[in-house]
Amino acid sequence: MQTLISRLLPVLLLLFCFSQAQAKTLVFCSEGSPEGFNPVFYTAGTTFDATSRNVFEGLTHFITGTTKLEPGMAESWDVSDDGKTYTFKLRKGVKFHSAPHFKPTRNMNADDVIFTFERQWKKDNPYFAISGGSYEYFNSMSMPDLLDRIEKVDDYTVRFHLKRSEAPMLANLGMDFAVIQSAEYANAMMKAGTAEKFDQWPVGTGPFVFEGYKKDAQIRYIAFKDYWKGKAPIDKLVFSITPDASVRYAKLKAGECQVMPYPNPADVAAMKADPKINLLEQEGLNVGYLAYNTKVAPFDNVKVRKALNHAMNKQAIIDTVFQGAGKAAKNPIPPTIWSYNDAVVDDAYDPAVAKKLLAEAGYPNGFEMKIWAMPVQRPYNPNARRMAEVIQADWAKVGVKAEIVSYEWGEYLKRSKDLDRDGAVLLGWTGDNGDPDNFLAVLLGCDGVGGANRAQWCYQPFEELIQKAKVVPDIKERTKLYEQAQVIFKEQAPWATIAHSVVYKPVTKNVVNFKIDPLGGHVFYGVDLK
Amino acid sequence: MFGFLLKRVSVIIPTFIGVTLLTFSLIRLIPGDPVELMAGERGVDPVRHARLLAEMGLDKPLLVQYWHYLTGIFHGDLGISVVTREPVIREFYTLFPATLELSFCAIVIAIVVGLPAGIIAAVRRGKGTDYTVMGLSLTGYSMPIFWWGLLLILLFSVTLGWTPVSGRISATYWVDEVTGFMLIDTLLSDEAGAFLSALHHLILPSIVLATIPLAVIARMTRSAMLEVLLEDYVLVARAKGLAMPLVVCVHALRNALIPVITVIGLQVGVLLAGAILTETIFSWPGIGKWLLDSIRRRDYPSVQGGILLVSCIVIFVNLTVDIFYGVVNPRIRHQR
Repeated sequence: MQTLISRLLPVLLLLFCFSQAQAKTLVFCSEGSPEGFNPVFYTAGTTFDATSRNVFEGLTHFITGTTKLEPGMAESWDVSDDGKTYTFKLRKGVKFHSAPHFKPTRNMNADDVIFTFERQWKKDNPYFAISGGSYEYFNSMSMPDLLDRIEKVDDYTVRFHLKRSEAPMLANLGMDFAVIQSAEYANAMMKAGTAEKFDQWPVGTGPFVFEGYKKDAQIRYIAFKDYWKGKAPIDKLVFSITPDASVRYAKLKAGECQVMPYPNPADVAAMKADPKINLLEQEGLNVGYLAYNTKVAPFDNVKVRKALNHAMNKQAIIDTVFQGAGKAAKNPIPPTIWSYNDAVVDDAYDPAVAKKLLAEAGYPNGFEMKIWAMPVQRPYNPNARRMAEVIQADWAKVGVKAEIVSYEWGEYLKRSKDLDRDGAVLLGWTGDNGDPDNFLAVLLGCDGVGGANRAQWCYQPFEELIQKAKVVPDIKERTKLYEQAQVIFKEQAPWATIAHSVVYKPVTKNVVNFKIDPLGGHVFYGVDLK
Repeated sequence: MFGFLLKRVSVIIPTFIGVTLLTFSLIRLIPGDPVELMAGERGVDPVRHARLLAEMGLDKPLLVQYWHYLTGIFHGDLGISVVTREPVIREFYTLFPATLELSFCAIVIAIVVGLPAGIIAAVRRGKGTDYTVMGLSLTGYSMPIFWWGLLLILLFSVTLGWTPVSGRISATYWVDEVTGFMLIDTLLSDEAGAFLSALHHLILPSIVLATIPLAVIARMTRSAMLEVLLEDYVLVARAKGLAMPLVVCVHALRNALIPVITVIGLQVGVLLAGAILTETIFSWPGIGKWLLDSIRRRDYPSVQGGILLVSCIVIFVNLTVDIFYGVVNPRIRHQR
């Protein structure tokens, strides 16, 4: 017997050691399939999770879990006094991944940075028209209007010359469309006659190397051993594509995945009580609002807009629509963004004040109007129809008869932009880069009238402040300008600011160091399994 | 027989043209602009909007668009997905084996269970077994697939832990695609345990997808069998002293099968339609879910191409059923 034990013991020990040394695999139950594998073509977070946030990196980088910037592929930078020239010193020794059809022979350098931007910008770039040549994000951030030229000073220094000063430029360069891609890989694929392969098989410098994709089923990555910050604690990362939220939750409970996004609001209470699950939560970088059409009567009268705001019971909306997972909004930017003006006083729910204001505006008996309810669910508005019903009931108390209308989502987006649109539109916004300009200028600037500015609100005192804040490089000065802009916004009330949602991320108890990204991404570098 | 075949095949041509016309026009009748949907809340300026529409070929008159679509089909080109920028035909071929594998397992379950259940119910007409089978089949037929699927997941996967929740194979396996059929590919691969994992993953979705066809087959078999069991030749066979199982299986079943075969053929279309929900619940990477996503995103080429290919399959299956019909019942092929 003793002999048997003495013989078996080393085998058992070996097996134990082997099991301990087995690869650490983290499975993420992602909510959908990526549209493709080059983030420059797309705008969806699902695609960015599968590419830019884990495989690639930009010149600047958002510190995981925050909207603060840190150096990424650029080690440091200088901004000229006029704010029009940005000089980036690139990080040395940064390696690109290998792919079955490509082995890099050099480290990341200035050629890669120039290629990344010129591909999306210059029509004479050989890659401009490859894979459809539609660079939505690059264009929607007005980069072609902003960039004058990009100059290679030396192999590790790049200079961006802008046509005008743009204070959010560094934040823009941390965004998904601006991740650095390999010029050497692009050239190799072009030479091989398989240029499209460049967009189908991502080769980046990030912490995870793309291993393969089974359409609508699974994406695989392995940790990049030569990653410049050091190898990720997990060895393998698997995206198990699971579109239904209830099924994602079931998979999490069954241990088939360790992290899941976008739980059903109705499941949150059960998740909180589940001993196997850690429910992380954070205020989202978003705002849900109701935009009046300030160009059309009676909403061209500020008293009417203020009256409607006073007649709206936001707490009831938070309780019934967000089921508690939201916070009443008073400003058009979320509290997690710098320059949020907490001194602004919200229009309190007070039907008496609302009635008084309506009478002063010449509508003592109210009026009839339309509320547009979105046909889709969004983090900033989980149930627009329900929200519209709550508002309708509130406004009925002050004599305003609201009819709820809705359209198919594409139609809704299109029609709600019309200058003579009838009524008030429920909509919202999730920030791209944590800069206040990304909310205030995009959604309330004069350039956005007839577009993303659904209130059709062009108010010069506000416009002057946000335009000035756009070009001033000093963050303290910008903060002051944005704070003033929020005061004017509240006085003029082009929107009823409704809520900032709370974002929930359930993870299994053995997941360590996972942080909720306020920009909505899922970043797995640094995450470990106990 | 040749005349019969010719007649059946000639019906396919107008059906095919009708399908192209329907898929082309229906997706365009749904309100919504693919460019607006792509841009979302961010929006897109009118100049870029027009440019993107032109790139997708959607700025041309509808007749011209339809002509391009038709000529493309005859060249084997179903267009490029406006979302993924992949050829539609390639996307379809990548995903179709998954749907076929699931549908095949579902129809096998539906026949293997539904046929005997219908026969037993007919033979034991008016007894407890009959009421049980018919009651269960009615329940199965009326069951909302979405609810049924989630219920099975909660019971067998979450509570009992007997089956996996969703997907085609465990995340620990990475099987090279050879045929696209997971059961075959896992057998061809050298990953130990992969085949069992794939089989395990097939159980719940197959049962869910089989539920409605199973109920229909059981009910149809029962009513066809009841009719046949009252025929004179069955009475003669029984009067001659033949054992009941022999009478049922040899004499009655063959004649009762004709309407059942028709129903099985029609169920192929039902299976492909039902696959949309089943695939969504079980995260099954097939064409059902792909088509649903394409409709949501107004990906015109994918919707047109996908539905056309599915319709072709349904047409082909029904043609096969028609021919098989003629084989089983010679009176049909000799009818003028």
